[in-house]
Amino acid sequence: MPGPMKELRDGSVTRALLGRIKGKTSRLDRPVRIMEVCGTHTMTIHRYGLKIQLEEAGVDMVSGPGCPVCITPNEVHEACLDLVTQRENFILASFGDMTRVPTRKGSLQTAVPARSSLIRIVYSPEEALALALAHPDKEVVFFGAGFETTIPAIAVTVRRAAREGVANFSTLTAMWLIPPALRAILLAGETVISGFLYPGHVSAIIGLEPYRFIAEEFGVAGAVAGFEPNDILLGISAVLDQITEGRPGVKLEYGRVVNPCGNPLARAVMEEMLEPRDAFWRGLGRIPRSGLALKEAYRAYDARAKHGLRVDEGSGDLPGCRCGEVLRGLISPPQCPLFGKRCGPDSPFGPCMVSFEGACFIHHKYNRRKRSG
Amino acid sequence: MCLAIPAQVTEIDAAGRGKIDYLGTKVKVDFSLLENVRPGDWVIVHAGFAITRLDEEEARETLNLLREIVEAQGE
Repeated sequence: MPGPMKELRDGSVTRALLGRIKGKTSRLDRPVRIMEVCGTHTMTIHRYGLKIQLEEAGVDMVSGPGCPVCITPNEVHEACLDLVTQRENFILASFGDMTRVPTRKGSLQTAVPARSSLIRIVYSPEEALALALAHPDKEVVFFGAGFETTIPAIAVTVRRAAREGVANFSTLTAMWLIPPALRAILLAGETVISGFLYPGHVSAIIGLEPYRFIAEEFGVAGAVAGFEPNDILLGISAVLDQITEGRPGVKLEYGRVVNPCGNPLARAVMEEMLEPRDAFWRGLGRIPRSGLALKEAYRAYDARAKHGLRVDEGSGDLPGCRCGEVLRGLISPPQCPLFGKRCGPDSPFGPCMVSFEGACFIHHKYNRRKRSG
Repeated sequence: MCLAIPAQVTEIDAAGRGKIDYLGTKVKVDFSLLENVRPGDWVIVHAGFAITRLDEEEARETLNLLREIVEAQGE
């Protein structure tokens, strides 16, 4: 039964939910602005035309920082580029979309590797470890970027490498934590947020508790939602109920996938192998304890330590790129002068146009098509 | 990128590795982040790892809720 559930995309359900949402906002005396944290939520909202329908129902949706390609700053990409273009006999393994991010030093896709070095696209950190086993004469570095959804996979793979004594494997990690980033956005106060749509699969790992401070300290409502259009509307409806009742909380509207306590095995492996550190996000800057790094015992698998890689924090975006402001919700993608001109999906100028979850890519894909009819 | 559609487990070995059927495509998956996975279970896969199992009871509740909302609208 679970497979694809057609009711989650059924138009009559969508209309009924939008009707309910409109009823709820009409009883509120203030505008409602909800941040969808996850890029895949942004994708659904635009793909199913919900952005405009929600506006008409009184809800302004704004995209959040939930796109790992977008928030990983250029200096990390540049460290990967330095590695594979300057050192011989390396394999840099990366998720595909990461290879297209343009920096001052080009992108991994256009990079010319040093003699006998290679760039390989992988779908899983396990594939990177398999490359290390298949190429014992080369050093394999996995560009391990992602949120809580991806981090346990990276940690399990490093643990396996350590247990099996794979000496030619390490990972250049860029591991990001969502709750500290939301705290930073709220503290910055640059954009008024009445509620959050929390990411579905990050929550499947961490559960509900890590968001509690948002309701308790900031009085901001929130709900965990799934990725189908009607999932998202259920989440928004739950946020509106909390606003109406003046009782901000963390409501779970994706119970079929998310356990309120998260995934205990995934949380245990993160706890065992990783420790928090301050991290530098594109657009959001330095955020206390918003990243994870391998613990001392696993330092041999940390490419920064093992290969003496320098990540020059603050070297920054390409001049003219306004992805940082898009990520903070200060401008919408079409407000960037490069949007659809010098920057498009075929030749992205900034990371938000690279990723399928990037706000610029999504705006370009869905909203342009609508305009051209 | 998060895959919204669940996949069904088709095989799993003692080491916790196996395969899923994702919309008709067989894909290799690591199940070491979940306990007691069996063929036939529905899971969500991310970066080659099954990260959570679907709760059928909860899925049914959501479907019932959606149906009720449509019916209430029609009244």
